[in-house]
Amino acid sequence: MSLNMFIQNFFNALGLGALYGLIAVGYTMVYGILRLINFAHGDIFMLGAYFVFFATIQFKLPWGVGVVIAIIGATVVGLLVDRIAYRPLRAAPRISALISAIGVSFFLENLAVVVFTGMPRAVIQPDWLVSPIKMSEEVSLIPLALIVPFVSFALIGALLWIVYKTKPGLAMRSISHDIETTRLMGVSVDRIIALTFALGSALAALAGIMWALRYPRVEPFMGIFPGFKAFIAAVFGGIGSIPGAMIGGLTLGFVEIMSIAFFPNMSGYKDAFAFILLIVILLVKPTGLMGERMEEKI
Amino acid sequence: MKKFFAALCLVVLACSASFAADTIKIGVVATVTGQNAFGGQLELEGMQLANSLYPEALGKKIELVVVDNKSDKVESATAATRLIENDKVNALIGPYGSGPTMAAGEVAEVAEVVLMGTACTNPLVTEGKKFIYRACFIDPFQGEAAANYSYNKLGYKKAAVLTDVASDYAVGLASFFKSNFTKLGGEIVSDLKYQSGDTDFTAQLTEIINKAPDVIFIPAYFAEGAIIMKQGYEMGNKARFMGGDAMDNPEVVTLGGSAVEGFMHTTFAYDPSMPEMNTEAKAFTEAWVKKYADKAPNANAAMGYDAYVLIYQAILRANSADPKAIRDELEKTTNVATVTGMTSFTTESHDPVKDAGVVEIKGGKKLYVDTIKP
Repeated sequence: MSLNMFIQNFFNALGLGALYGLIAVGYTMVYGILRLINFAHGDIFMLGAYFVFFATIQFKLPWGVGVVIAIIGATVVGLLVDRIAYRPLRAAPRISALISAIGVSFFLENLAVVVFTGMPRAVIQPDWLVSPIKMSEEVSLIPLALIVPFVSFALIGALLWIVYKTKPGLAMRSISHDIETTRLMGVSVDRIIALTFALGSALAALAGIMWALRYPRVEPFMGIFPGFKAFIAAVFGGIGSIPGAMIGGLTLGFVEIMSIAFFPNMSGYKDAFAFILLIVILLVKPTGLMGERMEEKI
Repeated sequence: MKKFFAALCLVVLACSASFAADTIKIGVVATVTGQNAFGGQLELEGMQLANSLYPEALGKKIELVVVDNKSDKVESATAATRLIENDKVNALIGPYGSGPTMAAGEVAEVAEVVLMGTACTNPLVTEGKKFIYRACFIDPFQGEAAANYSYNKLGYKKAAVLTDVASDYAVGLASFFKSNFTKLGGEIVSDLKYQSGDTDFTAQLTEIINKAPDVIFIPAYFAEGAIIMKQGYEMGNKARFMGGDAMDNPEVVTLGGSAVEGFMHTTFAYDPSMPEMNTEAKAFTEAWVKKYADKAPNANAAMGYDAYVLIYQAILRANSADPKAIRDELEKTTNVATVTGMTSFTTESHDPVKDAGVVEIKGGKKLYVDTIKP
């Protein structure tokens, strides 16, 4: 493989991996606090993409406004999901909450089919984001390919700051250790959990927007595959760990792209490569790359 | 309890059987949500148009019973079962695409109800089946036509192929294209794969662009195909993209924008921009424009329309709506005029031999550029 091709592949992998990572962070945050796999996360990602689609393409609002609307919309949905489907089950066995999450996921998908119709719709990207720039004779990139990883890393940075440097972040970390003791310390646990869902949903919405820009199509089931991949990335990176989720996402993105780049004849086995790596790493390190030992798991 | 349940089943069965006699029901395994909804929706509109033109047979009303397959193989089989067992349909019209049609076809074959495929071009769809027919040509011909056209007419010597390995249609058409292209003397410089549901094709395209082919053949469905072309464009691809009938959809231009300029594909021999139309095609175009003023008539709708007409004519000739009578008469179909050419079936072959059209996207519009005779 020539250097030019490698550079091209590198940026493609970086963009894909950063998006996986950004979605994975949402899974990991909720899991870290509640030990709940929030299966509805991929669908909130889908809703984020739809909100920005409707705001900018149907209602002709500027992109900036559309993005804000999408974030607010997805955050509201995330909070409602927590309030309606998860909070009443806080004391119930973990498996009940898991089933509730799967139920919410199906509900949101089918609601989207009814409300938005099942037709995939084309997203019309702003021209400046997607007009190719020639880097060299063989390498050609669009500005979006650089913006996506940059924005993703900045968001993860901001999130890490919230979790490690602020009071609500301290409360989050405390809940993840011991929810009952945290409650006794006078922390409003439900409010902090709601904040976690709000942050996770906002990140999902942003990932959805960038995904819709990069792969310009929205449809009600678009959250399933990326959500699935991101969940794998989260487990792979060590579920519960925010940097782990990002690293897991990047690794998955790089394995997917580079396996094709180095073994083009085996491009049909892309997913097999990714999963073999996943299995090997989990065999060696069962808690994932950055995961901590947990007493109890689902 | 068990006895009660069995009795209930009997009552339900008896009731539904007695209702079935008032109308003739044609079940449609439609594709109106999911990945291929755009194509499936157009086909359905074509059937509905045919239904409004030919609403009655044997003095009975013909009713279309529509069940969605969500662009999914398993759902297609479920939908076919439901239509046959619950709705007691007299015949079925198949879903959009080869894979889903095969899934629905297995059910129809066992239940001995005719299934008329619309745009399912994979040869396996009807192979060894008694009750499965189709209104379109098949991929060995289409692959040969595409290879011939790009090698002889366009003068391309080096081709790359990007195939969805999870799609029966794509795998079949790709292999027919490759074998014919190499037989003619051309070279396949790159033969890469992906899986349905993938949205990132950048790694495959990087490799393909590096091999500098003259033409990139993508036997994809329109939604994926448009995104592939878009990503190719973003990475500075210069080669021409070519595809098959599944790329024939107005959505290609909406999704792909300027990236699909110059894209060519083979398709069923119907397009409103074609220079010479047969009588059926003219009638179809006129009726379509009257019914759906805001949408251009298209090949997908034409296939849905043709499938309905073939079943309708068989019912008339059989003078019965019994599923087996329909089948026996359908098998004797000889030179029935349909929008996309003359259709004939024989005991040996349920695959009509028809012309293929070649369409190019120019200035954001579909343009019918050539007809390929079988």
